[in-house]
Amino acid sequence: MAALSPAAVDPAELSAAADEVVTVDLAHSSVRELNAALHRRDAAERASTWIVTRPDGRHSIACGLDQELTVEVDGHAGYYCAGMNQRATVTVNGNVGVGVAENMMSGVVRVHGSASQSAGATAHGGLLVIDGDAAARCGISMKGVDIVVGGSVGHMSAFMGQAGRLVVCGNAGEALGDSIYEARLYVQGSVKSLGADCVEKELRAEHLSELAELLTLAGRDDDPAGFRRYGSARRLYSFSVDNAY
Amino acid sequence: MCGIVGLHLREPALHPRLGELLTGMLGQICERGPDSAGVAVYGDPRMSPPGRATTSLLPRGHSAESVVGAVTALLPAADVGVFEGGQTLVVNALTEPEVLRAAVRRAVPDAVVIGYGEDVAVLKGVGHPKVLADEIGLVHVQGWQGVAHTRMATESAVTPEGSHPFSVGPGQCLVHNGSFANHATIRRELRADGVEFDSENDTEVGARFVAHQLTHGADLEKALRLLCERFDGFYTLLVSTRDSFAVVRDAIACKPAIVAETPQWVAMASEYRALAHLPGVETARIFEPEPEQVYAWQR
Repeated sequence: MAALSPAAVDPAELSAAADEVVTVDLAHSSVRELNAALHRRDAAERASTWIVTRPDGRHSIACGLDQELTVEVDGHAGYYCAGMNQRATVTVNGNVGVGVAENMMSGVVRVHGSASQSAGATAHGGLLVIDGDAAARCGISMKGVDIVVGGSVGHMSAFMGQAGRLVVCGNAGEALGDSIYEARLYVQGSVKSLGADCVEKELRAEHLSELAELLTLAGRDDDPAGFRRYGSARRLYSFSVDNAY
Repeated sequence: MCGIVGLHLREPALHPRLGELLTGMLGQICERGPDSAGVAVYGDPRMSPPGRATTSLLPRGHSAESVVGAVTALLPAADVGVFEGGQTLVVNALTEPEVLRAAVRRAVPDAVVIGYGEDVAVLKGVGHPKVLADEIGLVHVQGWQGVAHTRMATESAVTPEGSHPFSVGPGQCLVHNGSFANHATIRRELRADGVEFDSENDTEVGARFVAHQLTHGADLEKALRLLCERFDGFYTLLVSTRDSFAVVRDAIACKPAIVAETPQWVAMASEYRALAHLPGVETARIFEPEPEQVYAWQR
């Protein structure tokens, strides 16, 4: 196992062994050094798995990745962890702060703890799995990402959701799916209230099938039949003279 | 943006480490508020000797000696002492808190009283939080509870009296991340009730409102529930008294807050990184406070 210590921060110093695990200790390396190493074109060749230790709530860990890398963060991460992710698989063995996987394009981000507000905000693609709870505004303005939350989500989740699927195995807070466009929402528990233009919809065979697939991808065994589906009533986003105030 | 940290120590063996732990926490929130800062400390034997009343003040150019002399002239039997902490003086004396505060106000009428009570010291000023922490020797502070704030001013000028904490009732302390929208209206109402203000700061209105409710019989939890009903705007508040430590967030909850709790301590911060170095944080119960729910811990 190679270590990205201060002396070894220069990525050229590390040997290119595809099966090697590189450990980056953030008590010794900066987040900027970590992300620079992960952004190098040969990052995937240099190590199949990157382990980040002692994150201690630092912001912007593993942001902007664009390769088929595996990154494991051992501990709690701060804001915008795995933001703008493309293709990489980032796992956090802890909690994450505001905006995990915000604007993700593809790849997989898994959080084994809970997430703060705006998880998966504006994300276009990929899969975000949060085993614990997600706070307010989970999936705000989601544009194609799939999000599976093992616990509950806070208020205004999927606000202005445009595309993608949000699966909540616990409960949803106030104003779920407010001003939603075409994202599909599945909730197993209670919904405190639905936002403007969000309504419950029939759970048909094709929905059970996509839900089963998402739950399996997230490593969960919840019964899809126990969920309810919510989505747009489509009364708000297309122009209607009744909506002009 | 602003930064908040607070630490409520349940384990007496940790009391000597309050300043060291609080300094580490403060160091992680400097970026959130680089223009001014302040702390409130409960139980430091140098800043607030046991059994004595304290009054913290911004002395406006008066020296510590002249303040002690002027207060002693009014309270000759009270053995008046003083702690010099950066831009703040903490006067102490063998008398009642209200008596000392009144004497300080009479003795140095142009100074600004920024806190009073028993076992409590409030120190604040403008400048980088780390510099202020060094000036007051925060790392050496002891006690059972401490609160620190770093300010990025939005609603009123960068001045020492506009810095947090706002401590307007005996032993009370309030710090705020956010901005109140209807503070002018509520200030006008409180003024009509006879409440006096030291600044045009929005947070001071919140602190005066809480103190006003406490004076009229509410407990801290009730006062904060009333604040949620009356105030518009964004807020994460950490409010402390000599015996309690409470957190509340507005309904939108966009201003961050995270709480960690162990049998030894309760800590609150704007961001987890400010808690990452606390002893035993690995096994702490960590959660984000729900919107408009008052969380309170008692000593």
